Amino acid sequence: MSSVATPAPVPRRRRRRHTKLQRRQTRLAWLLLLPALAVVVFVAIYPLGRTVYQSFTNQEFLAGLEPTKRVGLDNYRTLIHDTIFRDTVVLTIKFTVITVSLEFLLGLIIALVVNSHFKGRGVMRAIMLVPWAIPTVVAAKMWLWMLDDTNGVVNDLGMRTHILSHPHAWIADPSTQLAAVCAVDIWKTTPFVALLLLAGMQVIPKDLYEAASVDGANQLQQFWRITMPLLRPAILVVLIFRTLDALRVFDVFQVFFGNRLGAQSMAVYNQSTIVGDGHVGYGAAMSVAIFLIISLFVVIYVTFVRVTEE
Amino acid sequence: MKHRRLLGVAGAVGALALIAFIGVAAASSSKSSHAQRAAATIPAPKVPNAAAIKRKYGGQTITFVGDSVGNGHVRDTALAKQFTKNTGIKVKVVPHPAASDQSYAQLARAFSAKSSSIDVAMIDVVWPGAFAPYLVNLKPKLGKQSKLHLASIVANDTIKGRLVAVPWFGDYGILYYRTDLLRKYGYSGPPKTWTTLFQMAKKIQDGERGSNPNFAGFVFQGNAYEGLTCNALEWIASAGGGHIIDNGKVTINNAKARTVLDSIRAQIGKVTPQGVTTYQEDQTEHAFDNGDAAFARNWPYQYGIGAGAGSKVKGKFSVTVLPHGASGKSVGTVGGWQLAVSRFSKHQGASIELVRYMTSPAVEKFDAITNSNVPTIVSVAKNKAVVKANPYLKPAIASVPRVTRPAKFLGANYNEASKVVYQGINQILTGAPASQVLPQIKSRLEQILKSK
Repeated sequence: MSSVATPAPVPRRRRRRHTKLQRRQTRLAWLLLLPALAVVVFVAIYPLGRTVYQSFTNQEFLAGLEPTKRVGLDNYRTLIHDTIFRDTVVLTIKFTVITVSLEFLLGLIIALVVNSHFKGRGVMRAIMLVPWAIPTVVAAKMWLWMLDDTNGVVNDLGMRTHILSHPHAWIADPSTQLAAVCAVDIWKTTPFVALLLLAGMQVIPKDLYEAASVDGANQLQQFWRITMPLLRPAILVVLIFRTLDALRVFDVFQVFFGNRLGAQSMAVYNQSTIVGDGHVGYGAAMSVAIFLIISLFVVIYVTFVRVTEE
Repeated sequence: MKHRRLLGVAGAVGALALIAFIGVAAASSSKSSHAQRAAATIPAPKVPNAAAIKRKYGGQTITFVGDSVGNGHVRDTALAKQFTKNTGIKVKVVPHPAASDQSYAQLARAFSAKSSSIDVAMIDVVWPGAFAPYLVNLKPKLGKQSKLHLASIVANDTIKGRLVAVPWFGDYGILYYRTDLLRKYGYSGPPKTWTTLFQMAKKIQDGERGSNPNFAGFVFQGNAYEGLTCNALEWIASAGGGHIIDNGKVTINNAKARTVLDSIRAQIGKVTPQGVTTYQEDQTEHAFDNGDAAFARNWPYQYGIGAGAGSKVKGKFSVTVLPHGASGKSVGTVGGWQLAVSRFSKHQGASIELVRYMTSPAVEKFDAITNSNVPTIVSVAKNKAVVKANPYLKPAIASVPRVTRPAKFLGANYNEASKVVYQGINQILTGAPASQVLPQIKSRLEQILKSK
């Protein structure tokens, strides 16, 4: 080892973008991610790719001896003229708009209430989550019995308190069926929305509110100028989650209405086409179409929020 | 303790959930135990030739996808237990979905995946055509025993010369009526036409509503599922409106069908509960056996439950053929179930032995007496004890002309075609005029027939 330190030679060309260490770390990162990526490919990308492939065939569930052959865009052409599919898309979008907006409003109010200090707040927060904790199918069956026109609890209480003049067949009557199914979904998922918004509220620093009070802002102004803007990331998460979930709704519609025309969600119609009718190829095309519709909503959300971000 | 309050809250929520769960379990078990009491009258028959079967197949485990409506599951487990006791073959009994079209989907999934998870399955009378390629030919081993059964059903279960299923119990739609209420309101006998039925139902309902606000005149299966296709076929055929598809042509769009369907639509919410368009077999049975209905259309299985110990309508009801339209005659839709062995089963021998036992005369007699299911073996149907427990087997009722759903024209597309029918009929029941819906049903059915 020489006792005199010699200066390092200055590189002639410009500095490399990644040092050896950085490249080694990048390689390690990819290696560690590989198992998780493999799972995602297996569970999500491969089935999605297979579905897209099947949508170009005439595959049937109980095909017997018929060979499956490629039919190009035939399935999609049929889909465009499928009025039942059109009706289910419209119904699902109606359902989504109603439930997401009401859940958001109610969830926001509940979150604001639970965010303030009152006795029993901890207990309230726990109990508030019970509807969300019940599996959707179980909750749907439960409400199916409660909304029954002959033996249901809702009609019984309504008649006793004179709110209702006669028992209603909430689920059987086409004019109230959408309201019934929306009510159940709102009952079940508002706690989830409230919880996410509450979490968002709790990270807003308290001194912002103190400063605003000192400046003379009232509660309403504080809400609009402090709470809402700072809640924006949480709101975006909540809206995307709930919109996607609502567009994919299956359990409640299946339990309440089964295959009733005019009361099927996109997912219910898709499932009955593939499994009930056995049209796997056509059903795959429908699945791809539903996937694209849902992706459209996500794109709208992300673009809209990005545009209005300060 | 640091998290004392959190634990306290968690404990309270857990206790509430437990109480709710126990409440729900108690409510549902009381319902099933009243059904169980009706079924436990005679012991399950012994398995003939059990020693030989035990030597060959003892120790194997097979899965039987069985009944779930009424007492069906209770009967299945009782028979399975006896079978295991005698032959050492373990039988796992899995009840299938209560709605027949859902049950079809379950089997379709298993067969298309070539799954060995199902060994013996209950097959509806309209499915042999669709499932034939996936079922074992039972003619070599069970052909002799199958000759005991009704020839027409055996023919239904034979596809291209292969016996793909053996008849297990028959079914046809019948009318249940409250004898005590008919007497109370001055009627001498059950109605012969639909119009008379609606008149009688209205009078009885008006009289009974005062003391029982839940009372309805007439209940049936109006939900959008396979059962509605059966009910609709009865209405249409009994009014002289054909059989939905006749000789390969779609005939449902005719004036007589329109008239009878519109007349039933007019009664929804008037003599039937508004919710009848969501009723399946179990809700119909509950309404009638709870004393909340004067007339009910259902399969014969309901008889045993209503006549069983602890039933509210025991001794107060009887059965007869369904009414007919102005220019038709009474009919009953053929239902009924067969037993089949999956081609992908790993224990075909043991499975065939289970089918042999289940479709034997002794077990059909057991089923008829404890579960009031229609036997498909002629000698059993004539047995005195069986007829005593099942008054609908008396010739006056049992000889009603049976109408079959158009499965033979549709094969593997039957489920889809039936969906077209029951969706349309359900639309009519919830308010759409038949003149608007029947042409739509016709064109959709024609599309399906063309695509075969």
